[in-house]
Amino acid sequence: MSEKNTASAAGALSTKDKMRKVGDLLLNNAMYIIIVLAIIYISIVRPSFLGLSSIVNVISLTAAKLPIALGIGGCIVLTGTDISAGRVVGLTACISASLLTTVFKVFPNMTEALPLPVVLLLVMAVGAAVGFVNGFSVAKFKLHPFIVTLSTQLIVYGIILMYLMSGTNNGQTLSGLAGSYRSFVTGTLFSIGGVAVPRYVLYAIILTAIMWIIWNKTTFGKNMFAVGSNEEAANVSGVNVSRTIIMVFMLAGIMYAITGFLEGARIASANANTGLNYESDAIAACVIGGVSFVGGIGRISGIVVGVLLLQIIFTGLNFLSVDANMLYIIKGLIILIACAIDMRKYLVRK
Amino acid sequence: MDTQTAGANTAPKNQEVLLRMEGINKSFPGVKALDNVSLTVKAGTVHALMGENGAGKSTLMKCLFGVYNRDSGSVYLEGREVNFKTSKEALENGVAMVHQELNQALKRNVMDNMWLGRFPKIAKWCPLTSEKKMYDATKKVFEELDIQVDPKRIMSTMPVSQRQMVEIAKAVSFQSKVIVFDEPTSSLTEEEVEHLFKIINMLRDRGCGIIYISHKMEEILRISDEVTIMRDGQWIATRPAKELTMNEIIRLMVGRELTNRYPEKDNVVGQPKLEVKGLTAMYSKLNDVSFVAKEGEVLGVAGLDGSGRTELLENIFGIATRKSGEIYIDGKRVLNRNAKESVVNKFAMLTEERRATGIFAIRDIQANTTISSLKRYKKGPLLSDKKMREATDWGIKSMRTKTPSQRTQIRSLSGGNQQKVILARWLLTEPEVLLLDEPTRGIDVGAKYEIYQLILNLAKEGKTVIMVSSEMPELLGVCDRILVMSGGKLAGEVDARNTTQEEIMTLAAKYA
Repeated sequence: MSEKNTASAAGALSTKDKMRKVGDLLLNNAMYIIIVLAIIYISIVRPSFLGLSSIVNVISLTAAKLPIALGIGGCIVLTGTDISAGRVVGLTACISASLLTTVFKVFPNMTEALPLPVVLLLVMAVGAAVGFVNGFSVAKFKLHPFIVTLSTQLIVYGIILMYLMSGTNNGQTLSGLAGSYRSFVTGTLFSIGGVAVPRYVLYAIILTAIMWIIWNKTTFGKNMFAVGSNEEAANVSGVNVSRTIIMVFMLAGIMYAITGFLEGARIASANANTGLNYESDAIAACVIGGVSFVGGIGRISGIVVGVLLLQIIFTGLNFLSVDANMLYIIKGLIILIACAIDMRKYLVRK
Repeated sequence: MDTQTAGANTAPKNQEVLLRMEGINKSFPGVKALDNVSLTVKAGTVHALMGENGAGKSTLMKCLFGVYNRDSGSVYLEGREVNFKTSKEALENGVAMVHQELNQALKRNVMDNMWLGRFPKIAKWCPLTSEKKMYDATKKVFEELDIQVDPKRIMSTMPVSQRQMVEIAKAVSFQSKVIVFDEPTSSLTEEEVEHLFKIINMLRDRGCGIIYISHKMEEILRISDEVTIMRDGQWIATRPAKELTMNEIIRLMVGRELTNRYPEKDNVVGQPKLEVKGLTAMYSKLNDVSFVAKEGEVLGVAGLDGSGRTELLENIFGIATRKSGEIYIDGKRVLNRNAKESVVNKFAMLTEERRATGIFAIRDIQANTTISSLKRYKKGPLLSDKKMREATDWGIKSMRTKTPSQRTQIRSLSGGNQQKVILARWLLTEPEVLLLDEPTRGIDVGAKYEIYQLILNLAKEGKTVIMVSSEMPELLGVCDRILVMSGGKLAGEVDARNTTQEEIMTLAAKYA
């Protein structure tokens, strides 16, 4: 009698378990499911969405936004964030555009554009410097990264405005970029079916590979995940916690700088609003890609997928001629939902 | 009648059943955590619930409090069927729990914690809370229980033992009929344990039913009237405590005979290895501690809670700031300014709070094992997966860690297995001096023996082990010499072979 009861209870249980497992599976992958459904819907309503030029467009835009997300991902792994990212992109784009130009307004005494590698290294150093300030404040003053980067983004913005006022520029948008700079970034990598794939797609791939190696194959990467998962334990285990934090923010700064360098040439101009709010897209992409604010969790592949999916959505919404203002609302909702779904995975089940 | 021995010697007068849990079943995906478990607690008794980690004690209690939904089974409180959905509902019905891991608002004061969720108001119609009512009510409960704590003190400034007293007072303030104590003594000193027992006896005499969960046999035999033993999610036995012996309980718990609680001490003590001179801490009361530890020696550190035991290890390892003092290894001075330097100088430290400062909960076994010795797995500038896998394999095998794979998250392992992973982490740095802070805390009997064996094996390999423990039998069973700390100072040093618990206690009280 009692055995029969237990058996039936166990049977009922397993169906309940199964239901729950299916539910979990759906919820944990909800973001992907929504996006696949969205792609199907959009491509039915607007078949050109799946056309070659549209696909290349999505890939190019993904490549343009990838480096900043790769940088910010590390900060999120440390349970932090970095809202100075967009402004660093702006500053480095302005510096690049002012030095690699044909009309030297910021530096009226210059007559010839500096060599590309010099400028690239220079902006990387600038990005690293901002990252150092961020990381140092987080590590040594024990401040929350939100507060630190809230402050530094203001400071960087001020620097951008002053920089644009210097020389004879008088705050104007920087344009008239040098041809070598533009072609280095936006030149054709190769063409398929008459559609050109720009060079910066290759750069994004190289950066992704480098970041993958750093995250997965180096002591620094392992230490970063350890600090993100339990800072105290990392300290006791002999990890140099401060150095790890500073390096993560510096690496992030370098990635923003590279983004700024590419962005200047990609847009063919730079002004005080270049890079504005780029961090919000990057953070959203990281979260969608499974880099968790819980800390200590995240994969490069996830970030790539996150940036790609977000780009597909925005391009798709453009195809549907959704109001541009509406895009902000949708973006906000996506971040909210992605975070909620992500958090679900780490809640202790009761 | 002496309250200390009331229940243990005579059958309680009040024999009515207070709480009855019947045929409780609970499954988690892939695991049957509770299999038809029953528990009956009578009024005016202390009912001990025993079992190894993972036996299902906590799960059973969580089913009682509605933290988990049970799959089947019923709970009766004073004959009335109840089904609590939240621990708040349970509390309001007179069932309270003093948790092993205190969930308190540490930045708030004592009375805020006591009345959290039910702050007394100035008047029924007035939404403002009354500080005065809160203060007076707190004072009253404290006086009743003889607890000397200022109700306005901030929780984080108090030692764990006092915070636990607050938790107990809170349970009492609900007029609870059934109070569950989950490992209440794991962070208490002997003296505090006495106080706790006094309170428990008082509650029992009032007719409360106490469920007492603990690993410590001596305590169980002393305080409880009845003992229920669980193993692998099943009810094994319920017996009057006076009919049980320690060995009998262990046999029932592990399902086999465990003849020796401590492995044989066959390590050979050699030359002096570590010398500490005048160690004084900057921010704690550790003051002028000097001692020598030898190769192949297990050196115990005893003392009351707050006597500076942990601080001693932290200062040696460089994770606390030193004011003065020198450390020598083989006669050569080492600085150990931070953990990293200490690791280079062949020190290793197992911290007391495994969850807070030991494990990387969401990371896998491999990441947890290799984090302190990453340099050794380099191949050029990059890390070699193969080397890390091999090192982790070594760790799992040599520690006999029970884990499904290297890729399992460490948080899903039992406390004992987590401890083994951390031990393996440190052994991979090839340390010469191991500082172990409460290495067997929260670990079940069988696994404790294995940890003792591992410690002795390390000593046999010539390593110097310094081990802090609040369990004196453990120190006597494993160590060669024992340092006794008191009030931040070194109160004395005893030979573990010919000392007694009384001698250690006397020393521990020297400067306290």
